[in-house]
Amino acid sequence: MAITIEEKTSALHPLATTALAVVPVFLVGAVLFALLGTDPLEAYRVMVVGAFGSWFDFSEVLVKAIPLMLTGLSVAVAARMLLWNIGAEGQLVFGGIFAAGTALFWAPHMPPALVIPALVAAGFAGGALWALVPAVLKARWNVNEIITTLMFNYVAIIFMEHLYFGPWRDPMGMGFPGTAMFKQVAWLPRFFQTRIHLGLFIALAAAALLYFALKYTPWGYRVRVIGLSDRAARYAGFAFGRQQVMVMLLSGGLAGLAGMGEVCGIHMRLQQGLAVGYGYDGIIIAFLARLNPAAVPVAAVLLAGLIVGGEQLQTATHLPASISLVLEGALLLAILGASFFNRYRLRRTRSR
Amino acid sequence: MDGFTISLLAAAVQSGTPILYATLGEILTEKSGILNLGVEGIMMVGALAAFLTALTTGSPALGFAVGGLAGALLAGVHAAVCLGFQGNQVVSGLALTILGTGLANFLGTPFVGKSGPGFTALPIPGLADLPLLGPIFFRQDVLVYLSYLAVPLLWLFLRNTRWGLDLRSVGENPAAAAANGLNVVGWRWIGTMAGGFLTGLGGAYLSLAYTHLWTNGLSAGRGWIAVALVIFAFWRAERAMLGAYLFGGVMAFQLRLQAAGTHLPSSLLLMLPYALTVIVLVLASWRQMRSAMPAGLGINIEPPD
Repeated sequence: MAITIEEKTSALHPLATTALAVVPVFLVGAVLFALLGTDPLEAYRVMVVGAFGSWFDFSEVLVKAIPLMLTGLSVAVAARMLLWNIGAEGQLVFGGIFAAGTALFWAPHMPPALVIPALVAAGFAGGALWALVPAVLKARWNVNEIITTLMFNYVAIIFMEHLYFGPWRDPMGMGFPGTAMFKQVAWLPRFFQTRIHLGLFIALAAAALLYFALKYTPWGYRVRVIGLSDRAARYAGFAFGRQQVMVMLLSGGLAGLAGMGEVCGIHMRLQQGLAVGYGYDGIIIAFLARLNPAAVPVAAVLLAGLIVGGEQLQTATHLPASISLVLEGALLLAILGASFFNRYRLRRTRSR
Repeated sequence: MDGFTISLLAAAVQSGTPILYATLGEILTEKSGILNLGVEGIMMVGALAAFLTALTTGSPALGFAVGGLAGALLAGVHAAVCLGFQGNQVVSGLALTILGTGLANFLGTPFVGKSGPGFTALPIPGLADLPLLGPIFFRQDVLVYLSYLAVPLLWLFLRNTRWGLDLRSVGENPAAAAANGLNVVGWRWIGTMAGGFLTGLGGAYLSLAYTHLWTNGLSAGRGWIAVALVIFAFWRAERAMLGAYLFGGVMAFQLRLQAAGTHLPSSLLLMLPYALTVIVLVLASWRQMRSAMPAGLGINIEPPD
């Protein structure tokens, strides 16, 4: 007996393979829990109940899902054009910085009705600006964007720390690492007596817009062609470099909106705890959603559930919340492995 | 040369050593045609495995070896996903970084701030007294001396041995290599796991020699710098050494300037290594690094029908 691999058009459905991938991930988690002397079933129960046990807990999952949807869209839209934006984290930070600057220094002198639109624009612009240099380097000299966008994350975080430890520090803050709190006019409105803020609707609208833009507009057509084969796109005479820069700016802007949402919808100031890895989570979400903008919100809610569950676990049992990072990484690996069965099937054959 | 410069250069060699190990590892992996972006995660896991082993057994040497083995094991996951299941190499590497960082932080949290046994400087009699070279290169710890050996060994292996040639041809043109009867998948497994071993050693250096204690997030982007250095080094071991010491120098310089209390804002100094990485990449792309890149890098081999 031997096993041969054959290509098959009607292999397992993507949803089935995703479900299949979850099994080894939970086993890995169980082993880790056992290693630290915790009953794995109890740990998972705490995580699930902590994330989905009540409307309040679930509203916190949605709150966390807001930046994740935006960074997921950010990574997905770039990846649709074969660009790897690993810099959503830094772009999120810069969106937050721009929004905070606007809220601190311009909002008090602005007609109140214009403040929220200005914050949104600033967040988008900040993120897009932070993607600009890697985008141009990629388009002009084919400099590896994976590494440049990643290095820009470190630079952005150091710059943000410089701002709130230095020139933007709250003079009344008694050493608190953050700026002063914004005037209320620069707070994003909240809904349903929870912390769910305007960002949720911005993120959902962005997902819908991107889905339709990719599917039905000439721009989306170009992105999809380039995504299929850059050689074909060059042959068809698309302005390749300009397309790359535009998509990277859009990608950066989306991540910037995530930062704006955190700063103006959750913290109400620029402070420590803005760069907590949502940009990297965006990579997982984008691939969980198979780069489909319509599926990104669903993937973001699932991952947010995992993160909130991990935090609840930390509160309840003092197990480090980084377990969610482990499960995320393992999930992505398992899904990559399981996708194999979308394309191929294994068949037992008699050995020669 | 004054004492400050010499001690700075010696520190450059020391802080460049973990990056050197990781860069050598990634060169080996990429030469076999596999792109592994999980270097950062592998370093973290290697660092923790080495630290815990040294702490429990009291033997830093054993810790170093276990750090390498842990790195090879994690790289094996990458090989399984990419070679066994045809997973995308970029995404798998990123996932590996997330997994490795999370794993090290999760399992390492109880040990944060604990110090363990490690390596200390061991001057080589005779060589240590050489003017200039002695204090810079030969008053380091054993692991640094091992890295001096690793560079020419990797260079010789890739250039002058039959196995090295096989590994390179699998990375350059897998179809032709397979036609010549080479086991492409097997060689790529070897390249990935051996590369992971070296990368794990880089992580082990961080927790056993660079510091003697455990902190979460110990590698602080060094793994990514190593990925960039592979390109800067045009996939060549001897140039990797140069690049790693350049970065080690920048890191050491930044620490010293901060300690000296210069008027330069410290945040600007902190940005230096990361900004330099971008600059180095731009320079490498101007010099047509593509011609040095293994032609089959990052492309999966479709399973036979």
